Amino acid sequence: MSGNPHEKLVYMANQISKFFESKPHAEGVAGIAAHINDFWEPRMRRHFFEVVDAGGAGLRPLVLEAAQTIKRPVAETV
Amino acid sequence: MKDFIIPDRDFGTPASKAKEMVTLTIDGFDVTVPAGTSIMRAAAEIGISVPKLCATDSIDAFGSCRLCLVEIEGRAGTPASCTTPVAPGLKVHTQNAKLKQLRRGVMELYISDHPLDCLTCAANGDCELQDMAGAVGLRDVRYEKGENHFEVRNTSGEVNPNWIAKDDSNPYFTYDPAKCIVCSRCVRACEEVQGTFALTIEGRGFGSRVSAGMAGDNFLSSDCVSCGACVQACPTGTLQEKSVIEIGTPERSVITTCAYCGVGCSFKAEMRGDELVRMVPYKHGKANRGHSCVKGRFAYGYAAHKDRILSPMIRDSINDPWKEVSWAEAMEFASNRMKGIIAKHGRHSVGVITSSRCTNEEAYLVQKLTRAVFRNNNTDTCARVCHSPTGYGLGQTFGTSAGTQDFDSVEETDVVILIGANPTDGHPVFASRLKKRLRKGAKLIVVDPRRIDLVDSAHIKAAHHLQLTPGTNVAVVTALAHVIVTEGLFDEEFVRTRCDWDEFQDYAEFVSDPRHSPEATQFLTGVKADELRAAARLYAKGGNGAIYYGLGVTEHSQGSTTVIGIANLAMLTGNIGRPGVGVNPLRGQNNVQGSCDMGSFPHELPGYRHVKNDSVREVFESLWGVQIDNEPGLRIPNMLDAAVEGTFKGLYCQGEDILQSDPDTKHVAAGLAAMDCVIVHDLFLNETANYAHVFFPGSSFLEKDGTFTNAERRINRVRKVMAPRQGYADWEVTQMFAQAMGANWAYTHPSQIMDEIAMLTPSFAGVSYEKLEEMGSVQWPCNEKAPEGTPLMHIDGFVRGKGKLIRTEYVATDEKTGSRFPLLLTTGRILSQYNVGAQTRRTDNVVWHDEDVLEIHPHDAEVRGVRDGQFVKLASRSGETSLRAKITDRVSPGVVYTTFHHPTTQANVITTDFSDWATNCPEYKVTAVQVSPSNGPTEWQEEYAAQAEASRRILAAE
Ligand code: SF4
Ligand code: SF4
Ligand code: SF4
Ligand code: FES
Repeated sequence: MSGNPHEKLVYMANQISKFFESKPHAEGVAGIAAHINDFWEPRMRRHFFEVVDAGGAGLRPLVLEAAQTIKRPVAETV
Repeated sequence: MKDFIIPDRDFGTPASKAKEMVTLTIDGFDVTVPAGTSIMRAAAEIGISVPKLCATDSIDAFGSCRLCLVEIEGRAGTPASCTTPVAPGLKVHTQNAKLKQLRRGVMELYISDHPLDCLTCAANGDCELQDMAGAVGLRDVRYEKGENHFEVRNTSGEVNPNWIAKDDSNPYFTYDPAKCIVCSRCVRACEEVQGTFALTIEGRGFGSRVSAGMAGDNFLSSDCVSCGACVQACPTGTLQEKSVIEIGTPERSVITTCAYCGVGCSFKAEMRGDELVRMVPYKHGKANRGHSCVKGRFAYGYAAHKDRILSPMIRDSINDPWKEVSWAEAMEFASNRMKGIIAKHGRHSVGVITSSRCTNEEAYLVQKLTRAVFRNNNTDTCARVCHSPTGYGLGQTFGTSAGTQDFDSVEETDVVILIGANPTDGHPVFASRLKKRLRKGAKLIVVDPRRIDLVDSAHIKAAHHLQLTPGTNVAVVTALAHVIVTEGLFDEEFVRTRCDWDEFQDYAEFVSDPRHSPEATQFLTGVKADELRAAARLYAKGGNGAIYYGLGVTEHSQGSTTVIGIANLAMLTGNIGRPGVGVNPLRGQNNVQGSCDMGSFPHELPGYRHVKNDSVREVFESLWGVQIDNEPGLRIPNMLDAAVEGTFKGLYCQGEDILQSDPDTKHVAAGLAAMDCVIVHDLFLNETANYAHVFFPGSSFLEKDGTFTNAERRINRVRKVMAPRQGYADWEVTQMFAQAMGANWAYTHPSQIMDEIAMLTPSFAGVSYEKLEEMGSVQWPCNEKAPEGTPLMHIDGFVRGKGKLIRTEYVATDEKTGSRFPLLLTTGRILSQYNVGAQTRRTDNVVWHDEDVLEIHPHDAEVRGVRDGQFVKLASRSGETSLRAKITDRVSPGVVYTTFHHPTTQANVITTDFSDWATNCPEYKVTAVQVSPSNGPTEWQEEYAAQAEASRRILAAE
């Protein structure tokens, strides 16, 4: 893996997906979304959505589906 | 060894566990004890100490010294009270004219073959032989000086053939055969307590001697692992701590807890003034029951090592030398920098790392610092790199990350599965307790790529060794479940009542698929199908089945999945909720459990409650008087990524050495180098400090009060036995820094911090220093429902209600071997060293391990032209390093193994940044590598050494 933040997050999201792919479909989608919401800091989710918004290249289908219910980070409040 | 400080009575023989009670009379007093108790112990129960030499209550009675004779009315002769069990109605006399005379005779014989240099003996005042001479009223020795063991030369100047020179080879204790009374307590302690069988009694009668290893061996070259059990058991000065020889006998003792591993052994720190004389494992310590390993007992010298930094230091840039400053200056410098970063880059640009080596109270304060003072959730702990998958996996399946048992539970286990753990090295005292149980007949299944000691060692042989290819844990665990389900070996009653039956059916359908069968997976895992089937049957049907696992499970890209798989196995077979069973994570560092409990992870507040829950945050907000972020913070790898990216600029790192302990050293270094303020709080200028701007000197566990929580959730007290050498306990330093950052914290003792934790955390509600004082230790949850704590979890139901069986699909790691990197590297630890070695390397433990070596199979060595002891280059996709090769068939062909205790090796230059899918716990246990002969350090090692040296310069104080 290189230092590119997008590449790394795509990799991580797909890794999560592979665990949930063996579950019933709806449970898998919900599982991915919940996992990313619970464990990914907003910066990571921001990068994640940069990938999704640019067409989601490289993301596994289940991740893209889950993206619907992943929380978009709100603008930073200092 | 006599215990003369806190009279911690020696009852002579171990307690009997029998339920049935027996009443007898001893010297006219009635006493009621469990059947099977010795007369000696029964007498001790009512305060009568029968003279004894060869008996001590940590080992079974042997009956060789004949000093403990008693008379029993109606029975002939004078039986030894240590080997004679009680019987109903016995009338025993321990003292009369006949017994007195017999005992004096015995003592006379002993003393006639013992040097009479008591005044200059290191054991003076601490010797049971001396005591017994007094106790039996020995006044003179009538024997002429004759053949003996203690005189170097006889009166005519000839060398005494019976005399053997002192064995000084062990760095921590000596063996002086001249003083030995051949009571065999040491031999029995080595066998029964430690389980190493390093000692024997050679010869017979007058010629019998204690001997370590084979002829020609000394203690160091023998199998001895330097646990010290023999030294503790020795009644004389024969086996004696060198520290006592040097300093003298202690005068007080303080009960505290070992700061090395997750077993959490209790010790008596025996002191003279503020000098530590020795550490003696505490008999009433519930984790260790009076035993310890070489680290806890002996390797405390680092606290007084010359490398220890005692003054705070600062520098503008990491290229500058360090400047020693006052605490006030250091606080001002650090807080100004941090405030500057926050002003410029926002409050999310800084964070903390808490330590699994520091106390609960200290970890709590550090995470509070980031949540309440920096006002973000960027906190993580080094537990990330070891047991975070345990938290996730057990949390999902059982509802709590907690291990399910106490260590005592192993005494009731029938079948142990040990996965990815090497307790004889990593968790030695647990290993001794496990071996004791195995010698009594329990069966062992080892799942490990390496032939660890427990597979085959003195009086222990594993029933099955599933020697899998690194990285295939999930496939093996799932195949075990496949066998259990398809062969109908599961506990239907348990699954129906304790788990969700629909979930079970889903899971059963998943695992029953032939692709999970051992026959289908054997080519992948390297584990023979029939061996795996036999192991599964044994675990499912062999009685109480317990699973113990370590970092070989968690440090994989599928670490969390394996933990889930392990929990599935326990649920399927009903091995949960009673003594002798369960799922037991063996935690690495002393306070991994505690640092996790204390809210060190970025997504959860103390007590494992997610920051997204408003009700949870409110409790903390109302007490802390600030608003808490409802979003998870950054984990260590994410912090480093964000640093490289430029959005994370400041870090306060307490008691961890992420540069050495975290994977992909180069990436960690780049992340640290990109930060504007790195504060390292540690005992030594560790590797991370090469990239630090501020150094807060830390205090050792001997210098502060607090608590550690061991792998069985046991909260143990750490007690201050001497003043902090650099002036402040670590919690005080964190508090000063928080104050400099504007916080109004005003704790005056760690007990107040614990009170705050108890107030905020339901599972700790009943914990207080008073409670710990009263009970010694307590296992959380400890609250109104369980005021005495909780030794066993999930007795009547799982924490989450129904246990959840979850599918565990095997996904191969992306770290794959190929033509360039054809071997798999896996990493581990060894007994004498600890973690990154910062402490143990600064003790005499280096005699056992002064460098990291690469274990390689003879076949792999041969094809590469690698010779034993030769320097080899170890290369992976991430980097390369060099170290010496050790050729051994403990590893399978295709697998190589090393430890990571020494910074010069930098094994983590090799490891990649692949990590567990759920928790980002790094994949230490699998790296594709190539090995080739080399003639010395790589370029990176040389550059690194030069950089490290330059960055450690300290300007002389003006
Ligand atoms: S130190 Fe431990 S291993 Fe060594 S001889 Fe003594 S009891 Fe045995
Ligand atoms: S070394 Fe100590 S414990 Fe061992 S036989 Fe001699 S006197 Fe007894
Ligand atoms: S290192 Fe572990 S096993 Fe050894 S004494 Fe310390 S706590 Fe006990
Ligand atoms: S103490 Fe009983 S025979 Fe030695």
